[in-house]
Amino acid sequence: MVSIIWVFLIVAGIVYGFFTGNIETINSSILTNAKSGLDLIMQILPMLVLWSGLMQIAEDSGLLNKFSNLLYPLLSKLFPSLPKDNPALGYVASNIAANAIGLGSAATPFGLKAMQCMQELNEKKDTATDAMITFLILNTSGVTIIPTTIIAMRSSYESLMPTEIIVTSLIATVCSSFFGLLLDYFIRKRKHY
Amino acid sequence: MNFISIIIIPIIVFIIVTYGAFKKIDIYNSFLNGASNGLKTVFSIFPSIIAMIFAINIFLDSGVINLLLGWITPLFNKLNIPQSIVPMMLLRPISGNASLVIVDQIFASYGPDSFVGRLASTIQGCTDTTIYVLALYFGSVKITKTRHALYNGLFADLIGIITSIIVCLLFFS
Repeated sequence: MVSIIWVFLIVAGIVYGFFTGNIETINSSILTNAKSGLDLIMQILPMLVLWSGLMQIAEDSGLLNKFSNLLYPLLSKLFPSLPKDNPALGYVASNIAANAIGLGSAATPFGLKAMQCMQELNEKKDTATDAMITFLILNTSGVTIIPTTIIAMRSSYESLMPTEIIVTSLIATVCSSFFGLLLDYFIRKRKHY
Repeated sequence: MNFISIIIIPIIVFIIVTYGAFKKIDIYNSFLNGASNGLKTVFSIFPSIIAMIFAINIFLDSGVINLLLGWITPLFNKLNIPQSIVPMMLLRPISGNASLVIVDQIFASYGPDSFVGRLASTIQGCTDTTIYVLALYFGSVKITKTRHALYNGLFADLIGIITSIIVCLLFFS
């Protein structure tokens, strides 16, 4: 799906550039593009390395696990179809926990394991289960307490208050998760009755 | 409100470090392990950042987006929302890297502490990249029938963006 969008962006840009006589801009854009990519990665790099290190401490000390256990009562309500002792719930909790601290890339391994566990319980192997969809809605609307990447970028642009957007994005992310889950809930209800 | 934002990170760092010390694990080694994995992550996302910047810049530099903006801008002007945020709203669910590129451009032109800089930060921070996550996670277990996952995910993104605008107008304008 990403590749369709990728092709669309390039083709639409070049074709539109030809028709508006803007092709010189596109030529220079292509030639200088890679450099902007490098600049962007250099801004993200230091904070991402730092937080990966800190999160490793949390994981090794069992703190991340403890946090998962805290979310357990809530998770069993969101995922009624997952059996209590199934490791899927534990991986879902770890994924949400890692996302919450803003380490999207650290959360990915947990998320993939959660999907594998849920797939084992799945009777129709080519069709998404209710639990999978609920998990991915929760994951994509991701309740993030600390959006590390964006804070890192704000710092690198010498923002006076790089962390001031934590509260605003927390409110927005809670709303999007809540309404996303609500829609999912009603769709499931309608299907069952 | 700013106070809460300021203390969250130091508190989390404090808890992580003291809990690790309390559990008597080799904290420093853990940190180095995690940090080197973080470095690998950076390298693994580097090609996709280059690929996306390439396509996005062609798209943006060509001015195609002006076609779309022409329809949406009047509405945003009424609400006092800068139009430079619109491409980001359109791209946020498609590619996290792509919308990061636009955030980068907004920071470069307006600064991170401008209203549009704060709004872009909030939108970037409040949601994940729906289409990418669905492709990655469903692809990993070979599920092709995704039922209502896509439009439900995009619906949540839309709610996130609308809430971001409302909250930023209340807090920062």
